[in-house]
Amino acid sequence: MKGSEAIVKTLIGSGVHTTFGFPGGAVIPLFDEFLRFEGKIKNILVRHEQGAAHAADGYARASGKPGICIATSGPGATNLVTGIMTAYMDSSPIIAFGGQVSMSLIGNDAFQEADMMGITLPITKHSFQIKKANDVVPTILKAFRISAEGRPGPVYIDLPKDCQVGEVTKEAPKKVDIPSFKPVYRGNINQIKKAADMILAAERPVVIAGGGTIIANAAKEVTVLMDTFMIPTATTIMGKGIIPEDHPLAIGQVGMHGRKAANYAVINADLVMAVGCRFSDRITGNTSSYAEKAKVIHIDIDAAEIGKNIEVDVPIVGDSKSVLSDLIVVMNEKLKKKTETEWSKRMKELNQLCRCNMDSKKEPIEPKKLLFELNRILKTDDIVVTGVGQHQMFATHFIDRMKPRTFITSGGAGTMGFGLPAAMGAKVAVPDTNVFDIDGDGSFLMNIQELATLKEENIKVIPVVFNNSYLGMVRQWLEIYYSKRYSQVKLGRHSDFVKIAEAFGLGGIRVEKPAKIQDALKESIRSKETMVLDVYVEPESNILPMLPPGGHLKEAFGGCMNAKGVFF
Amino acid sequence: MTQQHKHIISMLVEDEPGVMTRISGLFARRGFNIDTITVGKTQTPKVSKIVITVKGDDRTVEQIEKQVNKLVDVFKTIEMKDDESVTRELCLVKVSLSNEKAKTDIMHYAQVYKAPIVDITPKSAIIQLVGKPQKNDAFLELMKPYGIKDISRTGTTAIQRGGNGEK
Repeated sequence: MKGSEAIVKTLIGSGVHTTFGFPGGAVIPLFDEFLRFEGKIKNILVRHEQGAAHAADGYARASGKPGICIATSGPGATNLVTGIMTAYMDSSPIIAFGGQVSMSLIGNDAFQEADMMGITLPITKHSFQIKKANDVVPTILKAFRISAEGRPGPVYIDLPKDCQVGEVTKEAPKKVDIPSFKPVYRGNINQIKKAADMILAAERPVVIAGGGTIIANAAKEVTVLMDTFMIPTATTIMGKGIIPEDHPLAIGQVGMHGRKAANYAVINADLVMAVGCRFSDRITGNTSSYAEKAKVIHIDIDAAEIGKNIEVDVPIVGDSKSVLSDLIVVMNEKLKKKTETEWSKRMKELNQLCRCNMDSKKEPIEPKKLLFELNRILKTDDIVVTGVGQHQMFATHFIDRMKPRTFITSGGAGTMGFGLPAAMGAKVAVPDTNVFDIDGDGSFLMNIQELATLKEENIKVIPVVFNNSYLGMVRQWLEIYYSKRYSQVKLGRHSDFVKIAEAFGLGGIRVEKPAKIQDALKESIRSKETMVLDVYVEPESNILPMLPPGGHLKEAFGGCMNAKGVFF
Repeated sequence: MTQQHKHIISMLVEDEPGVMTRISGLFARRGFNIDTITVGKTQTPKVSKIVITVKGDDRTVEQIEKQVNKLVDVFKTIEMKDDESVTRELCLVKVSLSNEKAKTDIMHYAQVYKAPIVDITPKSAIIQLVGKPQKNDAFLELMKPYGIKDISRTGTTAIQRGGNGEK
């Protein structure tokens, strides 16, 4: 058996039915095998390798299983880099295969040779260079374990051409042992008991649930803490969907564009319990004054995240689901159900004040109105993927999600162009679900070539483009911090996304009137093929509240008028 | 701000190509400064030991240890505390022998430091020092007035005292 056949067989054996890739000289032997295994595995031919990496990422986030992308050596592989880094920042399990020139040519500056091991080093959880055909199977098996276990992340595999055509002579192992890789799942029970006592003794507790809770499938546990123990629960962007967002104690997103109720809770809490969250600068603002009245419990599977940005009183290393379920058992022994407290009542009230009216008849369409209409039509299982920019923050702020893995966004990396290919990947993972791509005109254009893939592969997603002819988020910063000196943010005339969609053989609808949004959404949902909604929105809307970077959480300004004056 | 101290971190790693790159890359990316780094095989096949000295406050060093521990090729990291470990460095120093007095002085100092002279020409001598880095520093200080022509230092390596193995 050749190395390339062994690769494809190992992928199939690991449960992979779809890969995302683009061919080239150094991966011809590998893709040749896809013809032989037709029906068992399929490669989706993307139109740019970046699209492949984001699609694999979208697939991974929607399904929880590693997503696979494949590119050729040199420029093919370097085009994966943005996608690998995006997956790394958000702890998403992807396995990226990059072709490589034959071992004998490595280091010679051969045609399409790039040092991908060096390039991907700081943005992967781990990387392998396969050196002989016999290493193919164990390496791929290791990659699956490393990418998915513990804190997930991308693994890059460098695949020299001679290892693809070389003969595999050794019997392949069924399982691989990685002696130096032993993630800890169970939390230390003494620490958990300490945490339980602190929570039960706290007068003003708040939970911050991050992306780690979604990865660990801890929705039930986080919801029990909120529902049974009456703990107001905020989420980070990456944690969105871990709790039903219409719950009165689901106090929304914390941080830079957080809901005021959530930031208020963090400022005034006497106990903050962060679960699967890494206290990034977008969450904390100024770290030295962050949650200054509170004791902090930090639960994370990655020990290095604990104490990295914020000093912690009770660190617990472990998987969110495992730690929280142990925690709940301990808390239940001491207290069955908590009743309403002054704090929980207050938080419910403030939360309500932040839920402002999103309906509007204004023209051009206000972004929140578009999301208002979207909220009306979204089903619980529908998946919302976003690009990066103002539309993304509008979406995190104004769209309610009820279930984990139904909101997919590039949080840590903030990668524009993520939306369309990631939506494609999510749709492949969960084909019976509607997948929306909430995008901005700037972001959408960055990977627009994937419309061709969607057409050819007959993958149907629902792109909703906030078209404001601006790079909206930077424009907002320039308006607020640079007295409207709009340098390099004006995109000029509206790009015509309807015509672009048509050029790729797909349909599109332009929406300019608020009253037309609902019909257009329905039509795109009904459509058999991807149908792009090109929605002209108010060009100078701002996403508020907003916290000046590095500021104290109470410096967040703007936001829903109802909440004015109540907070800080 | 907390105090900056020198710390010695010992790591057991998989003996794979690229491990050093991963570790030094990690240090560079996270903004940790490596003072010295040594690497060598251990009694266990396919396991190497890397000893790194860094300057930083306790929190930084804790963060370094945790980040290094995350690397898939790393089995274990241990901070080598001064009173619980033996630390040594090898230093070769080439000193000018400008006149007879210098020659006598240098040979005398070397004797006091139990440092063999491993090479000698009419104009210079190479002295081999093995000891704690501070001791080597002190000797180099003594040599300064005579004219140091070249220095090669291996950096610090360390091992835990007594029964504390690392396996």
